[in-house]
Amino acid sequence: MSSLNEFLHMGGYAFYVWTSYGLAVVVLLVTAITPLRQRKKLLAGIARNIRRARRTT
Amino acid sequence: MFQFFHQLASPRYFYGIAGRLIPWLAVAFGLFTVAGLYYGLIVAPPDYQQGESYRIMFIHVPAAWMSLFVYVVMATAGAMGLIWRMKLAEVVAISSAPIGAAFTFLALVTGSIWGKPMWGTWWVWDARLTSELILLFLYLGVIALYNAVEDRRTASRAIAILAIVGVVNIPIIHYSVEWWNTLHQGPTVTKLDKPSIHMSMLIPLLLMAVAFKLYYGMVLLMRSRCEVIDRERNTQWVRELIEK
Repeated sequence: MSSLNEFLHMGGYAFYVWTSYGLAVVVLLVTAITPLRQRKKLLAGIARNIRRARRTT
Repeated sequence: MFQFFHQLASPRYFYGIAGRLIPWLAVAFGLFTVAGLYYGLIVAPPDYQQGESYRIMFIHVPAAWMSLFVYVVMATAGAMGLIWRMKLAEVVAISSAPIGAAFTFLALVTGSIWGKPMWGTWWVWDARLTSELILLFLYLGVIALYNAVEDRRTASRAIAILAIVGVVNIPIIHYSVEWWNTLHQGPTVTKLDKPSIHMSMLIPLLLMAVAFKLYYGMVLLMRSRCEVIDRERNTQWVRELIEK
């Protein structure tokens, strides 16, 4: 347990080290999730257009 | 071989191949990240000058490398799009911009967080930091310019020119620590004779660098797939894809 505390403490630099790593996780996650959501929206939008086009013809 | 590249350049084939590649890239990225974090946070010893704080390096340095690498890819793809009118090159160029901006942002902010305990300040207007900040603005400029032009192909030509002009900033960033006096430390890995970094720290650094490259490949393909569908939305193959 003490070694885990020591690890989290980072020799007194805990705030700086873990903020950096946390930020990296957030930035990389957001950057990867954006295209996933965009793709869903795009496909749904195009499908809607196709259906609408069919109805009018 | 030539036929393979020719097919790859066709948006439809690209969409399929990219879709199959993405999960593999994700797995490889995960493996390299776990290994990099293990060697970087647990195995590597504390630095004799900076203590534990230097561990920020395993994020900061690969992110900074990627900020330059992605820019060069973006400008090269932009040039290929200008010269050969390759649709896929245009797609790669614009899809790279937000990823490069993310890496640049990460390099700047982690650098700032590292600078506070080591230099005693979050920010100084020195050559390395300022030129890296300009790189971020170049990325943001590329994204804004692309969104400002209605026609995709015209927009692609515009951002290609901006990206190519901005390449002048890349060697400035790289050599800034040698050309000017700066707080930022000099290169320790790319020195030609012998890297002045210990193996126990070099290994996690390289592992994280590979992990970030794989991540870039993965997100680039994901973004490119979206861009391809958007551009080809009125074609037969996209319609078939959706109705499947």
